[in-house]
Amino acid sequence: MIDTLRLTAEEATGLVERGEVSGAELHRAYLDAIGERDPELHAYLCTVDEPEGEGVPIALKDVISTRGVPTTAASKILEGYKPVYDATVAARCKAAGLPLLGKTNLDEFAMGSSTENSAYGPTHNPWDPSRVPGGSSGGSTAAVAAGLAPWALGSDTGGSIKQPASLCGVVGLRPTYGTVSRYGIVAFASSLDQVGPIAKTVRDCALLHRIVAGRDPLDSTTVELPETIELPEAEDLKGLRVGVPKELNEADGIEPGVSEAVNRTIELARELGAEVGECTLPRSVEFGLPCYYLIAPSEASSNLARYDGVRYGLRVESGDIRTMYERTRDAGFGDEPKRRIMLGTYALSAGYYDAYYGQAQKVRTVIRDEHDAAFEQFDVLVSPTSPTVAFELGARTANPLAMYAADLLTIPSNMAGLPGLSIPCGLSEGLPVGFQLIGRQFSENLLFSTAHALERALEFDFVPERLR
Amino acid sequence: MFCRCEVAYFDPPNTHTCPVCLALPGALPVPNRQAVEWTILLGHALGCQIPDRAIFHRKNYFYPDNPKGYQISQYDQPLCVNGSFEVPGPDGDRVVGIERAHLEEDAAKTIHVGGVEGRIHGAEHSLVDFNRSGTPLVEIVTRPDIRSPEEAKAFLQLLRQTIVELGISDAEMEKGSLRFDVNVSVRPEGSDELRTRTELKNMNSFNFAAKGIEREVRRQAEIYESGGQVDQETLHFDPGNESAPPLRSKEEAQDYRYFPEPDLVPLEPAAELVDRLREELPELPSARVRRLETEIGFVLAEGLVTSGRDELYSRTAGDRQVVANVLMNEFAATGQDPAAADGAALAEAIRLRSEVTPETFREAVAASVSNPASIGLILENRAISDPSELDPVIDRILSANEAQVADYRGGKEGLLGFFVGQVMKETGGKANPKIVNERLREKLRA
Repeated sequence: MIDTLRLTAEEATGLVERGEVSGAELHRAYLDAIGERDPELHAYLCTVDEPEGEGVPIALKDVISTRGVPTTAASKILEGYKPVYDATVAARCKAAGLPLLGKTNLDEFAMGSSTENSAYGPTHNPWDPSRVPGGSSGGSTAAVAAGLAPWALGSDTGGSIKQPASLCGVVGLRPTYGTVSRYGIVAFASSLDQVGPIAKTVRDCALLHRIVAGRDPLDSTTVELPETIELPEAEDLKGLRVGVPKELNEADGIEPGVSEAVNRTIELARELGAEVGECTLPRSVEFGLPCYYLIAPSEASSNLARYDGVRYGLRVESGDIRTMYERTRDAGFGDEPKRRIMLGTYALSAGYYDAYYGQAQKVRTVIRDEHDAAFEQFDVLVSPTSPTVAFELGARTANPLAMYAADLLTIPSNMAGLPGLSIPCGLSEGLPVGFQLIGRQFSENLLFSTAHALERALEFDFVPERLR
Repeated sequence: MFCRCEVAYFDPPNTHTCPVCLALPGALPVPNRQAVEWTILLGHALGCQIPDRAIFHRKNYFYPDNPKGYQISQYDQPLCVNGSFEVPGPDGDRVVGIERAHLEEDAAKTIHVGGVEGRIHGAEHSLVDFNRSGTPLVEIVTRPDIRSPEEAKAFLQLLRQTIVELGISDAEMEKGSLRFDVNVSVRPEGSDELRTRTELKNMNSFNFAAKGIEREVRRQAEIYESGGQVDQETLHFDPGNESAPPLRSKEEAQDYRYFPEPDLVPLEPAAELVDRLREELPELPSARVRRLETEIGFVLAEGLVTSGRDELYSRTAGDRQVVANVLMNEFAATGQDPAAADGAALAEAIRLRSEVTPETFREAVAASVSNPASIGLILENRAISDPSELDPVIDRILSANEAQVADYRGGKEGLLGFFVGQVMKETGGKANPKIVNERLREKLRA
């Protein structure tokens, strides 16, 4: 009997390598778990019955193109679309022998922080199904948390891996921009999108990241990794300089229970030998969110222009081309993509470009410089990942700004192109709290080893209480 | 430009496509190194500066031939800027300023079925062929330095020849691998003001462009002379019907929402690459026109160079003027590739030209490409040049046409051609026209 709730990907790899369990048996065990628990959670948009590969199966966020397997970005406009090619990350998983379990739910086009914006219905949090799993990679994090996948890939633009990982009590890495190929990833905001691993443990994340990361000739923005990804072994944090950015830890809206769990974790870091000090990122936190909501929608307005009903996906027939475009896009896009297309189109318009998109890009440089300055004193910066624990379904759907605030703490480092890792660090009101670690560019190994030492010391039980 | 699909103009529709040029979800562009290098090479030929950094921008607009909903182009930081291109003319060079040359991707081809004028509005349905989608396209923008239809034509011909010789495009208008739009404005003599311009589109040949400009200049001049104002508009010509009035469309101030393409990093061509490409630049056609002009005059020099026949000219011995003329007339008429011609064989044909019939000469010229070894045999088919053979024929013709002989002697010298024609007919075209002329003149003088 395979306990998919407890089994880590690393353990599963061991079982397969030692011949104790076949890849097909593993795949079957997860499909059974999906059959049992997914009707309640709706983490998957589709599953794959026939495993391709003998390794540990994987779930992919449904923005990752998979040859012959529907890829919808949780949008009606891509209903029924089956890619003719694999995204580079999907191809690398295949090449590593990881069979595809299925495609996971998300906010439409990865636009959202709760997975409620899916055109195919929301995903529920395995810790409390009345609550959201976070988003936009909520399907992937819920699947891992509920034992419906040993590991998964998500994508992160403003916090779409870190924030749902936090809300679901799993580990998620948003890698340094340019280290993981975006080829084949349904684009949201090209200068921010990055694919990353989601798993129950830091070591699982490192294993998966090692498989997918690295330069891809098909993505001009990727680079060679300066060092190979190591499996973390660290048991202490001696000599590590940990910075606590004041604004990320004292922002309005951070729940007391979240602060408590995070502060305990910072204390633990000190006990493990780290030197802890305070630092500031004033402009990054004040301007990060507003600038993000200029840059991301601007790029999205352009990236989503290809869904025009001409070549694939939905088409609402009409007498002339203009009306066909309008009706197709009206019927195919949900409210959030429409809102962002409008925002972005406006921000890029003649006469507004300099004040909005152009200015936001300049602020981005300021944010990067501010982070660089902090990293002169510290090796890792820490904060809560999300200001709150998982909120109730429907609680923020009527108020886009309240929803946007869910990414307040993840956006600044994303805007700077830096890697960030979220690990569960405790519970507040019975729900997981995420601890965010931010590193310098290409410092994934340091983030993994730091997080691994903390993870060991924290002894967080990643199986949701109600499923134990 | 950004994918690996083959450029194939006449292949069946949609047989050279991939996720990138079809704009499938998730596909990303990767710039074509060759296209970037060739654009820099062209930039050198146009006397441009190559900035340290060039940036691709997205130009956003919806149209079925634009699969991504944006075209990747260059905006305020193109690959080549501030050039000048010398166009030799009969009375000195015209220097045409080059504003910029930038690299972008071509659109797909649309065919609108039903409706009028092949336009999308009113069409029953439209078909899209993505073979051309994503083909590298260089756009060259000149400064307003061209002063006449003739100059425009000379500039375009020389530019085309330059592009062909650099080996970066076949630049064939019928394939659409060379296209141009012409902006026209007029002003009173002596003024240096630039007035409202109109843009002429669908110009598919050099002559057509020259005629279109001429017509447009006349039209604008008439408007000003009758006290009117020229509207800024675009005129679409019907390439199939040169005299048809152009379709007009007002220039809408379309907002393309340009922004830097986030899927690509800036192009920063290494100084060594830029220098190497400059060194690779061959002698340009304009310089060769100037060089040949001293031997054979401007018209023949320009004709040889812009037709790509000057290289054959340089390896064909003989009187320079005669060789140039043969290349521009008899050789041009064969439609053969000058590079494939045997210069020695051609020189031999030209040397013996006066001893063979025009027909034999043309045959020999054509054989200089198709079968140079047969030239000797062809040229052996000499024309009848022996007066003792020709005289009886000539006498017969003259006595059979006494009235015409009388007219000729009465001053109608134009009748000489008639007699020559009769003799040629009688000899089955085998008479040497030069000798026939001489003999006829002599006999008619008597």
